[in-house]
Amino acid sequence: MAYLELKNVCKTYGQGENSTAVLSNINLKIEEGEFVAIVGFTGSGKTTLVNLINGLIKPTSGEVLFKGEPVVGTSHERGVIFQNYSLLPWLTVAQNVSMAVKEAFPKESKNEIKDRVANYVEMVGLSHAINKRPKELSGGMRQRVAVARALAMKPEMIIMDEPLGALDALTRGNLQDEILNIWNQDKRTALLITNDVDEGIYMADRIIPLKPGPKATLGPEFKIEIDRPRDKTELNDNPNFMKTRNEIIAYLMAIGEDRKSVSEIEYLLPDIAPKNFVDQF
Amino acid sequence: MKQEITLEKESQGLTFLKPLATLFKAKFEKDVVLKSFKKTGITLVSILLFLGLWHLGSKALYNKEATYKIEKALSEQGQEAADAERACIASGDSSCQPNTLPSPTQVWASFQSLIADHQLIKAKKEAFATKMAATNEKLIAQGKDAIIYTGRASFVDTVLTSIKTVFAGFLLALIIAVPIGIVIGLSPSLRSAFNWFIQIFKPVSPVVWYLLVFMIVKTLYIGASSDNAFVISFISVGLCAMWATLVNTAMGVASVDKDYINVAKVLKLGTFQKVFKVILPSSLPLIFTGLRITLSVAWMVLIAIELLAQSPGLGLFVWEEFQNGANDSNAKIIVAMFVIGIIGFLLDRLMLMVQQMVSFNKNEGI
Repeated sequence: MAYLELKNVCKTYGQGENSTAVLSNINLKIEEGEFVAIVGFTGSGKTTLVNLINGLIKPTSGEVLFKGEPVVGTSHERGVIFQNYSLLPWLTVAQNVSMAVKEAFPKESKNEIKDRVANYVEMVGLSHAINKRPKELSGGMRQRVAVARALAMKPEMIIMDEPLGALDALTRGNLQDEILNIWNQDKRTALLITNDVDEGIYMADRIIPLKPGPKATLGPEFKIEIDRPRDKTELNDNPNFMKTRNEIIAYLMAIGEDRKSVSEIEYLLPDIAPKNFVDQF
Repeated sequence: MKQEITLEKESQGLTFLKPLATLFKAKFEKDVVLKSFKKTGITLVSILLFLGLWHLGSKALYNKEATYKIEKALSEQGQEAADAERACIASGDSSCQPNTLPSPTQVWASFQSLIADHQLIKAKKEAFATKMAATNEKLIAQGKDAIIYTGRASFVDTVLTSIKTVFAGFLLALIIAVPIGIVIGLSPSLRSAFNWFIQIFKPVSPVVWYLLVFMIVKTLYIGASSDNAFVISFISVGLCAMWATLVNTAMGVASVDKDYINVAKVLKLGTFQKVFKVILPSSLPLIFTGLRITLSVAWMVLIAIELLAQSPGLGLFVWEEFQNGANDSNAKIIVAMFVIGIIGFLLDRLMLMVQQMVSFNKNEGI
């Protein structure tokens, strides 16, 4: 039995004629301790897929099974790192994290909660900014807070929805390593949604492309057979990396072409010429 | 050119005082002084211009009224009466002064006389209190009501009554509108249930609110000896002014950023936690905008309502002076007008400062 399983999941927004099928026939199995990346174009329904898995929305048809049980609503077992950080701007870093800790560990004493918050903030290297508010932090720091908040709940599975999408390349690289380190420590199951193939290859065990929507489905999976810990600088010389990367990009390019040709509808324009109004008046 | 970097949040509440503040700073640069001087200077010039126009206007009106009076005397009673009238006006005798828009100097004189009057009444009150102290002690010991000073209220007293009424009304509006706003903001079905109610009662005029409250309070207070003018006026003010807060609160609560709601869901916050830790903080800016409008509306409708309710505040003061028709009545009305305007301005700044203290910058946040 897979740890997380999606069976023939479809998601349609709207009803009747106005309905749009965002996802259709999604089948996915993730084993415990695995790091899976889903790569797709923007607007291909990645966020919808994430929301289905974390329980924010329900599938129109099909099933989402987590440890064999259907997903009903959100759960502390699945921690989510949102695309746009989603920190509460009126709370400090510590308050943002402790809000999650208090919910996940309602029985702990104040001091235990305090320690836990301090631990996780330190883990993402933000101890110096623990009492700052999100607007005083840079994008990378905000995302670290979001990571700390998700991890502080000790989730069994981490779901990341383009967590590093809005960051610059350098910060991105740093945070990738940090997330990998944390994941490595207790080998939690992780699902990463990204639009960056290199990021997927660097971080994940398996990469699954998402064919662009409407009616997005998952493509064939690509196994990444590169030993961990992976070294970013050596990765470029790794033949395995080059091969996988080229395969995935070729695949994505191909479906990108398909998508283009589908949307190339010929519009018939009416044959009109400007009228001479002067004569008419 | 060196530029000062300020990291603190600038308070917008009292920016008009900023030029003064920079002037008092020990270290200042030439251009900073020049800039602030320019800013204060422009304000001063505009005030002087206003006073000048006012002075000229009132003088023109005064002359017109005086000429009319003299001509009337001439046509009705002959040359002798006209000469007498002219002499009377020129002498400044209060019995024959033209009754028109008062000049700035007259208004200033009235303001001073009102303050002097206040000192007089205050002294009287104190004298009365010391005189009655022993008697009152006895009365209280017997379980009876103490005798209090019931003389004429001074101008400062009327201002205080008005402020008291506005704050009581504002608190009433806050207590009614914010909870209802939150509830109907949270539930779309309640929102549609309340919508007709809000739409119908929102545009009702302060006068009608007063009459409605009067009908109810009058019956409730039957047999009670105490004066209910204050109660009626503050309830009317509150009911009249609360709509902005109600609508803004409902809107703020209903339009909380979806990301924050998702966070609340993912963290599995309970309903209570969700409302108090996520929804309310994020709608605070809008709630405060509503409260600010409510406070200024309350201050605006107060005058009309006090007038109707015979509550001894500024509204009644203005109306009584108008009815009085004494020589300096018009000047006193203008004094009241300025006091109303200035207090309204200060109340608005006060709310703005409170608003800035509690709100966060939405654009920079997330």
